[in-house]
Parts: sequence; C-alpha cells; structure tokens
Amino acid sequence: MLQEESDLSLIIAQIVQKLKGSNLYSQLERQAWASLQRPEIKLESLKEDIKEFFKISGWEKKLQNAVYSELSVFPLPSHPAAPPEHLKEPLVYMRKAQGSWEKRILKSLNSMCTELSIPLARKRPVGEQKELLNKWNEMGTDEPDLSLFRPVYAPKDFLEVLINLRNPNYENGDSLSFRTHLGLIQVPLKVKDIPELKECFVELGLNTGQLGIDDSTQVPPELFENEHVRIGQKVLAEQDSAAAQQYIRQGSPTALRAELWALILNISSEPEDVLYYEQLKTNVIQHDLLVDSLIYKDVKLTASNDDYYFVFEDYLYQVLLCFSRDTSVLSHFAYNSASPPKSYIRGKLGLEEYAVFYPPNGVIPFHGFSMYVAPLCFLYHEPSKLYQIFREMYVRFFFRLHSISSHPSGIVSLCLLFETLLQTYLPQLFYHLREIGAQPLRISFKWMVRAFSGYLATDQLLLLWDRILGYNSLEILAVLAAAVFAFRAVNLMEVTSLAAAEAVLADLSTLKVMPLLQIFLFATVT
Amino acid sequence: MWALPVVLHQCLWIMAGKVKWVTDIEKSVLINNFEKRGWVQVTENEDWNFYWFVSQSNKEAYVISLYINNPLLIGGRKFDLRLYVLVSTYRPLRCYMYKLGFCRFCTVKYTPSTSELDNMFVHLTNVAIQKHGDDYNHIHGGKWTVSNLRLYLESTRGKEVTSKLFDEIHWIIVQSLKAVAPVMNNDKHCFECYGYDIIIDDKLKPWLIEVNASPSLTSSTANDRILKYNLINDTLNIAVPNGEIPDCKWNKSPPKEVLGNYEILYDEELAQGDGADRELRSRQGQSQGPRAGRSRDSGRAVLTTWK
Repeated sequence: MLQEESDLSLIIAQIVQKLKGSNLYSQLERQAWASLQRPEIKLESLKEDIKEFFKISGWEKKLQNAVYSELSVFPLPSHPAAPPEHLKEPLVYMRKAQGSWEKRILKSLNSMCTELSIPLARKRPVGEQKELLNKWNEMGTDEPDLSLFRPVYAPKDFLEVLINLRNPNYENGDSLSFRTHLGLIQVPLKVKDIPELKECFVELGLNTGQLGIDDSTQVPPELFENEHVRIGQKVLAEQDSAAAQQYIRQGSPTALRAELWALILNISSEPEDVLYYEQLKTNVIQHDLLVDSLIYKDVKLTASNDDYYFVFEDYLYQVLLCFSRDTSVLSHFAYNSASPPKSYIRGKLGLEEYAVFYPPNGVIPFHGFSMYVAPLCFLYHEPSKLYQIFREMYVRFFFRLHSISSHPSGIVSLCLLFETLLQTYLPQLFYHLREIGAQPLRISFKWMVRAFSGYLATDQLLLLWDRILGYNSLEILAVLAAAVFAFRAVNLMEVTSLAAAEAVLADLSTLKVMPLLQIFLFATVT
Repeated sequence: MWALPVVLHQCLWIMAGKVKWVTDIEKSVLINNFEKRGWVQVTENEDWNFYWFVSQSNKEAYVISLYINNPLLIGGRKFDLRLYVLVSTYRPLRCYMYKLGFCRFCTVKYTPSTSELDNMFVHLTNVAIQKHGDDYNHIHGGKWTVSNLRLYLESTRGKEVTSKLFDEIHWIIVQSLKAVAPVMNNDKHCFECYGYDIIIDDKLKPWLIEVNASPSLTSSTANDRILKYNLINDTLNIAVPNGEIPDCKWNKSPPKEVLGNYEILYDEELAQGDGADRELRSRQGQSQGPRAGRSRDSGRAVLTTWK
C-alpha cells in the first residue's frame, strides 16, 4: 500500500514537473490572474473559486487532457534507484543490441557521406535559399539527382538483427518440446495469448458495434451507426481526451476522425505551434542536410508510386524535412531504447563539446519511413497541424517499430506475438510454411514495421489506426498479421515456396480489417 | 456538339482548329465578339455553364462553356472526375451509374497565373495530354478512385457537404439524360455507355464539362485495366443478361444479381410507378464489390424534383 502511494506521488511529481515547463501552465497562470477580475472570485475562498472557474470555463478539462496525455506516454514506474537507461530499456542485452545496430547505421551513413563527398550538413547559399522558398509547395518536381543515394537500411536488414537477438542468461536446453518456439525470434519475452487478447480488446467483441463492420450497407444505420456518430459528436463537444480514447475503440466516423485524433493526441493548434513549424521551415531553407536526400529518395520510391498517396507527395516533403530539424523530438529518447546518433564537428572527433546530434531530431529515416506520414494527409491538409499530429504519433507509437526493446508494443514483442499466435492457433499452417522455407515472419515483418501503411486500403488502415490510438498499443498489428494468415490459410497450405507464399499475400488492398480481427479473436474455435 | 472551354477573364476559344486568347474580357463583350463573327446566341444557361451559339454562315452549332478557374485542388493539383453511366432505355429512362469512377490529376501544380495559361499540364486533365508530362507516373497514372476522393472530402470537409456533392453529381447526370431523352433514338436493341466528365469547384459545386459517347476503354495502368475490364463485363451483363440475346418483348429490367459494380441511378418506370420516388441508390462507400441498393428516406429536396 505504502509502495503504491509512493509510486503514485512519484508519478504525480514527475508529471507536474513536466507540465510546469509547458505552454498550458503559463496559459493557466494567465487565466487565473485574469479571473481575479471576476465577481464570483472572492478573497476568502480564493482557491476553491478559481478551481470552480477552471471547471466551468473548460480549462480543467484541458489540464485533465494534458495529464492523461502524459500518463499515456509515460513509462511504468520503476524503482527509484534505477538509472535512466532502465527507463529507456530495462534489459541489458537489448540495450547492447540496439547500441550495436545504431553503430552500424551510423557507419553506413558516414561511409555514404564519404563516398559521395557530401557533407552531413551545409549552409545553403542565398540564391538556393530563395529558390527553395519559391518551390516550397512543389518540391516533388524538379528533383535532384538521387541515383547515388541508397536508403540507410530497409526493414529486412533490421529483421536480420532481430533474428540474431539472444538473451545470454537464458538456457533453453537442447531437447525440443511443445514449448519450443519454432519461429525466427528467439528471445523469451512475455506475449499475450488469445484469451488475454480477448480481455484486452473486449470492445472488438461480437456483441459490440464496430465501425468497419456494423456500418456496411446491409446493416440499417439506426441499429448502431447513427447512435455512434451522435456519441462521437458529444465526446468532441466535451473535449475529453480519455472519453475520446475509449470511444474510438469502436472506430471513428470519417467526418469526426481528424478532430478525434487531435483530441486523443492532445494537439491543439495554437499560434505558437504554427510559429514553431514556420521556424522549422526556416531551418530547412537555410541548411541542407544529407538526410534530406534520403527523405527525397524514400518519398520518390514509396509514396510517389502509391495509388492512394501520390497526390500528397509535396506535403510529405514539407513534414519530413521539418521533422528532421525538430530538436523537441529528442525528448522522446528518454523512453526510447534508441539513442540519437552523435556527430562531431570536422576535425574535433571525440571532443564532447563539439558533438551534435545528427540529424537534429536524432531519427535516421529508413526505406518506407515516409509511409508513416502519408495516411495522415487524408485527414489534415494544413501543414502545421499535419506536422504536429505526425510528430505526436511518432513519439508515441511509431518509434517502437524500429528500435530494439522489450516493451510489449516494441517490434520485437510484436514479432514474437505474431509467431506465437500462428504457432499456437494455426500449427499446421505454421509448420507447413516453415518446411517450405517460408517463415511467416519474413512476409509479415514489413507490414508491422510500417503499421500496414501502403498495404491496406486507406479507409481500412484508418480504422486500424483508430484502434491503435484507442488501446494505446501496437499489439493489434501483430494480431492483424496473424488474422491475415488465418484468412488466406487455405491458399497458403498449397504453396511450395517462399515466392509463392509472398504472392498469395502480396495484395492486401481488398481486405476488411475489422471482420478479420473479430473472427480471429472471437469467432475461432481455440 | 462540342464543348469549347472558355476562360472568362482570360479567354481562350478554339474555333475550327484556331486558338485565340483574349485577356480581361467581360462576358458581354465576349459574347458580342462571337456575334460579330456571325454566331448567334441561341440560349444560355448559367447554372449549367453553357452558352449555345449557332453560326449564321454554315448553320453549325457550338456550345461554349466557361472555364472554371477556381477548381477544387487536392495536393495543390487540379483534377476532374470520370464517371461511367449506362443507359439501357431512354423512354422510359433507365440508367445505371458505375460505382468505380476515377479522378484524373494533373502532374503540375495548379496556378491561375497568366504566365502558365498555356501550360496544358496545369489546366487540362486528359490522360492523353498528361501522359507526355515530365512527371507522369506509369504506376498510378495520376488516377485516384472516387472512393478515395469521398474519403478525403468526408475527412476534411464533413459528411453532409460530401453527400450533397455526390447527390448533385447524380442529379446532373439524370437531368442531362432526361434532357436528351426525347430526341434519342430509342431502339430496343440498343444500349449506350457514356463517360461523364465532371469538375468540382472550390465551393464543392460540381460542373458538367462534357459527356463522351464513346469513352476511351484503353488502359494506362494495371488498376485501370482491371477497372475497364470489369466495366465492359458488367455493361454486357446488364445489356445481355445470362449471355443470351433477350426476347424482343423483354422490358430491359435485369435482375439485381447481374448489376455487378453498377447501381441503379434512375428508373423512370419505378419512379412513376407508385407516385413516390423509389429510386434505389446504394451508399458510395470505399469497399469494393457488389452491394445491394438501399432505399433512402426522401428527406432531400433534390429527390422530389427529379420527376
């Protein structure tokens, strides 16, 4: 009891500390001072009256949302004596693996840099700055020669690293048993099984209405949809983050989605945010970074060729180029097992005073990175809002998909969850695929790393991401991957090679996500 | 009838192969200019953006439509809609709309500035033209599905205005067919599939650009080929159900199962049949695949003016 209380007070203290530095705090202060003018605020009961004022004017709600936001992002409380690395990642072997992976990426980046004799960063001459400013809204045209650039790494390179992860303290014994894990991931992390997932995702059950299922034409809208939309509008009117998060577990109506996501992520477009984005834009204009070319190349290779997202190509540059310069992103490394790469000013290698984070936001893009932003373009067409939403989605969810950690939403756990679900509930399929040299993870890895962006039809993808926000977890990606395999099991049982298995699973654009998830979790005999 | 694109404040007209540009001209002056060249204005319809002229010398008729210089832009680019409509009979009017239409995007960002007025890649959305642009992409072909458009508009503008837009588009199509119904050859052995070109302006109002009697059935991308293949398949299934030439007494009312990706847009017989508007239209969702039509409450003023 005492331990819980002290944990709680520790969390409260940390959140208060965090919020004290935020814009909201100064706004609340200003509001409190201004409220002294009001007749209902009396000196004798100053504290209660101001609190009452905050409640009525909606400021208490904003504070509640901010606290809820911090709680969602904040890692679980750890031992007060634990060093900060533990917050990033408690397991030593994982930290080591992440460290060596980072070294490899940085080496690859530096060697590309040396080969092409391009500096990591340079200041643009004034003429070039003017040109870029003019071209800001159409950077997709007139691209520079990118043929010599290659992506720093692709998801399959990262998969190889994960496959080789081992816990040095874990001895499995040589004998095979039914417990032996036959998949590619060989680390002993705890993952949920179907009964636990059913409990976790209870709102996806057969008896609960869902958007993505109960809004199809065969179902009269009076049964579920109309009421759901009405509740959604009410949630938005109340501006309550926690309620929105609960609501969106059943899916979001298309017209309300943009606002609901902003509410859940606690994004409000204040003038300061727009100014901050403009400042980032200025940074892009003034300096050219090597990663800019990587971003360009990535967009050209992925989103520009995508049937759904090619229209938004220019927005992607506007968001991603600014993202690389945003140093506020560095704060998420406190709970990310990854660390931002450090680079040294020319000639001062090893001297800490001359170390800078490169790129400024510490995130090196890989092949497919731009696909995290692309679906958001369907919801937000104002660049600074789009930018804020993407940044928040990244520091809450997406970073976990390409760093090595033991977190339940981390990519390692997702892979393990996927393989375990398949091995436990579709053993025949799993065994068959393994025999023909088509380990299922080799096919589904790329889906999960991209959170299915570019593989599903956009409306289905948005329904899936609704649930990611609603449950504040990425586990649903692994469940969906397993559900897709279950759905195409009959065809997969007949293939005899990895290439054929890839072909069966090449096109996911006709899949309906919610029925697949519902059947897999709630309607399959286990 | 040809439709001639005409820009009001910066004018362009194409007459027998000659292109002429006039800048900053008032509509009345423009029309005056046409009349000076021996064209007589027969009628105009501002709601429909058409001006009908007949040439005095050779009695040719020209339809001039004003250039929409405030098109709705997505990703900063201009686009138009290609929708397919099948008419199996004109009297009574029975028409079907293909659910899988597409948007054609320009490869270059839209600008109304005069310096780019003759840049075809900014203003003209025809695939035949855009194909030759530097930034043309062969994978997606600059095409978006109508369901993508709907998702984008619903997400950024709201459901009501989007539904209103699509209702107006349906209205335009039905009205245009009704307008020509009296003069069309109503041979019971005939059917016709039209390609409707529609553009949406920045107030979310749709404008009819033209109706193509022989829409192109060639394909520019893989998805396009699948779409056109299905289009031809579904069209023939409705015109000639079960693959057999129907009896000449057949009333051209195919069973629901063969509609495929078509949905009934307007059925005059049904509409007049029980005095209430029983037109069935299924909701334009994003999922593909055939869907049974769903009857709507006639809560909309638009529906009651359709008879």
